Amino acid sequence: MTGEQLLFLIVGAVTLLSGLMVVTSRNLIHAALWLVATLFGVAIVYTLLNAGFIAVVQVVVYIGAIAILFIFAVMLTRKEMRDQGAQANSNWWAGALVAAGTFAGLFFLLQGWSGFSKTAAAIPSGYDAIGQLGDALTSPAGYVLPFEVASVLLLAALVGAVYLAFNKK
Amino acid sequence: MNFWNDPLKVAADWLMGIFTGWGMNAVAAQVLVAFLGVLMLITILMVLDIFLVWIERKVVARFQDRIGPNRVGPFGLIQPFADIIKLIIKEDTTPADADKVVYNIAPLLSMMSVLILWAVVPLAPVILGVDLNAGILFIIAAGSIGTLSIIMAGWSSNNKFSVIGAFRQVAVMVSFEIPMLATLLIPTIFSGSMGMNAIIQGQSIWYVLLSPLAALIFLIAAIAELGRAPFDLAEGESELVSGYNIEYSGMKFGMFYAGELLHAFTFGGFWSILFFGGYRFFGLELVSPFLAIAVILFKAMVGYWVIMWVKYTMMRIRIDQMLAFNWKFLTPVAFVLVMVTALMNALLRGAPGWLFVSGMILSNIIVAWAALEIVRSVSKKERERIEGPKRVVEAHH
Repeated sequence: MTGEQLLFLIVGAVTLLSGLMVVTSRNLIHAALWLVATLFGVAIVYTLLNAGFIAVVQVVVYIGAIAILFIFAVMLTRKEMRDQGAQANSNWWAGALVAAGTFAGLFFLLQGWSGFSKTAAAIPSGYDAIGQLGDALTSPAGYVLPFEVASVLLLAALVGAVYLAFNKK
Repeated sequence: MNFWNDPLKVAADWLMGIFTGWGMNAVAAQVLVAFLGVLMLITILMVLDIFLVWIERKVVARFQDRIGPNRVGPFGLIQPFADIIKLIIKEDTTPADADKVVYNIAPLLSMMSVLILWAVVPLAPVILGVDLNAGILFIIAAGSIGTLSIIMAGWSSNNKFSVIGAFRQVAVMVSFEIPMLATLLIPTIFSGSMGMNAIIQGQSIWYVLLSPLAALIFLIAAIAELGRAPFDLAEGESELVSGYNIEYSGMKFGMFYAGELLHAFTFGGFWSILFFGGYRFFGLELVSPFLAIAVILFKAMVGYWVIMWVKYTMMRIRIDQMLAFNWKFLTPVAFVLVMVTALMNALLRGAPGWLFVSGMILSNIIVAWAALEIVRSVSKKERERIEGPKRVVEAHH
């Protein structure tokens, strides 16, 4: 086992554990903080995949913006930080079945794939990952249309939020 | 390749030789050497941090027409050690009903968010932690961890003043991240890279000469990010006692305090890297990496001094003023500046140097002038709305 594989296993285990804590934690702020840990673990996985830019963006967007927003929303809307009552409803077995089925399906699918057991080829030195990403997002041959559609969608959400919050006189 | 040209690599190779000579696995030895490098950098920074306390106290004293610490040791240089001993032997209190784990992690996270920034700081062409290709975004990412530490500290202390302070600080940090990110794009446009080293290498002409407005906006956003005056409404002594760190005592408070000082110094360093040529100083960096380190530390210190100068001469502003200033003025100006700079850069790409520089400066002046003119007319209208139309009063009949 190489050092990278060992690191991946540790990071994966920590990420999964914090993901589990997000849904089982009774305290809502603790759940949000565990979510931060989960997102951070995903950022480390990106780093292990040599996608440093995506990892940094993951931290900026998900931890710097979304998780902070979650914590704000919880603090501003909830008087009681502790959740009472049962943590699962009567459909828990169906949820567990779907989760187990999805995991098994993905597992068998990936086992049949030849790339699953291959080690990735080394990235050539001087490879400009950010440049490639920028080209892919802005060239007509790449993903310019989905990129623009996603931007318009976000803009629509923004305009909608401003409209809802706008104080009509 | 000798020690004086590339000290870090020579030292690392020497250590690798020793460790593998002991029969250690090559990968393990590499990890250990990297770990020792990080440990050395952090140790140097923490020792520097001790003296920053002294520098800060001396400078604030001068601004306030005092002498500052001068009793313990020559020029009061031993004073910070006395401060640290005091902080360590103070009682370590935890408020009742505090969220203990979160409460104790917050100061560590605060310090960590500052130390982690130094991973991407190039001290010399060959002395740097990692030349990340998304170096400037890393600043924002580390800043968001700092934001998280503040909200954790404020919430877990179980004190209403600390929560209000944390809310205010987070509002400041989240808003000022946006103009900061926009101005960070301007060195990227000029150098064609987001890596710190490439940005420094691209500065044959300091970027402050190409885009003085961007340098100014970055400084303002950095001061806000640091939570220093005039944006220190999170501490607001007269209303919130001390803000998010109110319940912390002893060295836990010390972590926040030392973190803030080192953060200010670090942002002085980033200011110099992005706009003042970093370790470059008339070819001095090519002579020796040690001279390059001296140059960048000097420039960072000058940047830190400017931040202190602003802190000790400006008054605190209110939160609504701060938010209006950011969202209605700084953010639009920063976005317009990025667009204008990108356009001018594309237009003047093949132009001779003097034309490029003067075109850039001119576009900066025009953007600044237009922004101030718009603000002036809007505030004039607002004043008229509140005070009623101006009446001409004849002074002497």
